[in-house]
Parts: sequence; C-alpha cells; structure tokens
Amino acid sequence: MSAHDHAEGHGHAHGGAAHGSLRGYLIGFILSVILTAIPFWLVMSGVIDDKQATAIVIMAFAVVQIVVHMVFFLHMNTASEGGWSMLALIFTLILVVIVLTGSLWVMYHLNANMMPGLHDMREMP
Amino acid sequence: MTSTAITADTEPVFHLEEEHAHAEGGSTMLGFWLYLMSDCLIFAMLFAAYGVLGGNYAAGPAPKDLFDLDLVAVNTAMLLFSSITYGFAMLTMDKGRVAATQAWLAVTMLFGLAFLSIELYEFAHMIHEGATPQRSAFLSSFFTLVGTHGLHVTFGIVWMVTLMIQVARYGLIEANRRRLMCLSMFWHFLDVVWIGVFTFVYLMGMLR
Repeated sequence: MSAHDHAEGHGHAHGGAAHGSLRGYLIGFILSVILTAIPFWLVMSGVIDDKQATAIVIMAFAVVQIVVHMVFFLHMNTASEGGWSMLALIFTLILVVIVLTGSLWVMYHLNANMMPGLHDMREMP
Repeated sequence: MTSTAITADTEPVFHLEEEHAHAEGGSTMLGFWLYLMSDCLIFAMLFAAYGVLGGNYAAGPAPKDLFDLDLVAVNTAMLLFSSITYGFAMLTMDKGRVAATQAWLAVTMLFGLAFLSIELYEFAHMIHEGATPQRSAFLSSFFTLVGTHGLHVTFGIVWMVTLMIQVARYGLIEANRRRLMCLSMFWHFLDVVWIGVFTFVYLMGMLR
C-alpha cells in the first residue's frame, strides 16, 4: 500500500475506496439493460439464422456486460487498494480461462473419441 | 533477533518502532475482494462442469423442453433492479441519511426475494415435470450451478436483514458502513455471476 493510500485512509477509514456517483450507477444500469435485452431478443426472436453465430454474439454481449458491471457497480480500477484488487482479478481471470477452456477442450475430445461406433472393434488389440 | 543486532552500537533497524496507524478495517475491502475471487473460482468450476455435462440429457428433457425465457428475463430484471437500488442505498449511505438507506436496502431485499421466488417456482415446476437433479447429468449440473447462485442470493438477503437491524440499532457508524460496502461488493458480484448463468445456461441452452 502506498503512502498515498494511507494519507487518504486517515480521512475516511475505508481507505479512499471509490463509491461511485448517481450518474455512474445510472449509466451502468442503462448499459446493463441494453446489453441484457439484446441477447434475449436475439435468442427469443431468432433473428440470426446461424445458431453458432448467435451464440458467439450473445457471449460477446455477456463479456461486455461483465466489464460494465465491474466498472460501474464494483468500481474496479487499477488504482483501488493500491492495484492489488486488479492484480487478484487478473490472476482469477487467468485461472477461470484455464479451467473453462481446459475442461471443455479435454472433455470434448474425450467424448468425441469415446463415441460408440467410431472405432472398429476388430482393429482393437 | 540476530546477535549482531543486539551487540552492535548502532542497531540496524529491522522493523519500524512506530507502527504507522492502520485504520480499523483498512484491509477489509481487499480481503473481501479476495474472498469474492475465490468464490468466482467456485463458480468457474460449476460452469466448467455444466459446460462438459450440459449436453448429456440421458434421453430426458433438454433445455428447450424446460426453460421459459420470459421467466428468465423477468428474473434477470429483478436482479438488475436490485443492483441499482443497492447502488442508491450506497449513495444515500454516503450522505448519512439513515432512513433513506434503510428504505433502499428494503427495496433491494424485496427484489432479491422476488428473484428467489421466481427461481424456486421455476425449480418446483421443473421437478414437478420430472426434471429432477437425478434425471440426467445435464440436470445435475444445472441444479448445482443455478442452485449455488440462488444459495448465494439467499445468504445475501440474510446478510442484508442483519445489516438493516445493525443500522437501525447503531446507525451508520464506520463499522456498519464498511459492512454495507462489503455486502455491496457481494451483491454486485452475484449479478455478474448471473450474467454468466443467463448467457451460458439459459440463452445458449435454447440454442442447442
């Protein structure tokens, strides 16, 4: 923690954590409503014929909305808690990506290779 | 500590004699953030399990037979409204207005309860149709993931009631402000997890 943080910490005991403003919360809320409504509309109306394309688009909306929540509701920035909360977040995100992609990748190939009828049993030793 | 430190004329300083003042609870926010990150890992595991098992219906019902997107949309709205009302509670807390803070917390709690009620109705409906957690790997992982989120919301509401009693009794003292800020992080974090749930489980389930 830097001296700067402590200087602020004496004024407010909560160490200068950002609280956000009415404007910030409202912007975050309006963005969230838009970013929630569009994916629901895309899936419910089926505007995009290609299902895979729809899936990619709604995933992109989810990622943007998570960032919006982080910034406007959780007040994440590189300066809060002397940068440690951002560091913890980045570390967690790396682990999450490894867990998700690793699990899906390995188990997809496991399923694909264990599919009955894929291998001829006579070729087995 | 070492012999040189004791015998030397000019003792090397290994620690600052005058500990600079740490405000009480000064590290609570960071500590609570680290807890949320570990919680995030729990949800990552459950998402991974659902991602792997989500297609294994065991000839049972598929997402299309079970999910009602209108209901999920209402549910999502409830959680989103509760997020903004909690934000209003934090803003009124900053101004030191006890009654307004309590009122916004109560509104947040009602939205949270509405979310839980809708989710429980959905679960009851599914179980009534025979789509129990034991039916297929898809349903096991679905109930575990969504149920864990619902459990978090439940504990968030319990926490909120506790803090409302605390604020009613002791006012917006420093400790209560800190607790309310922790719950704020917890509550907004649950909304972030829900973004993942409605995207990966419900919307992409309907696309399968």
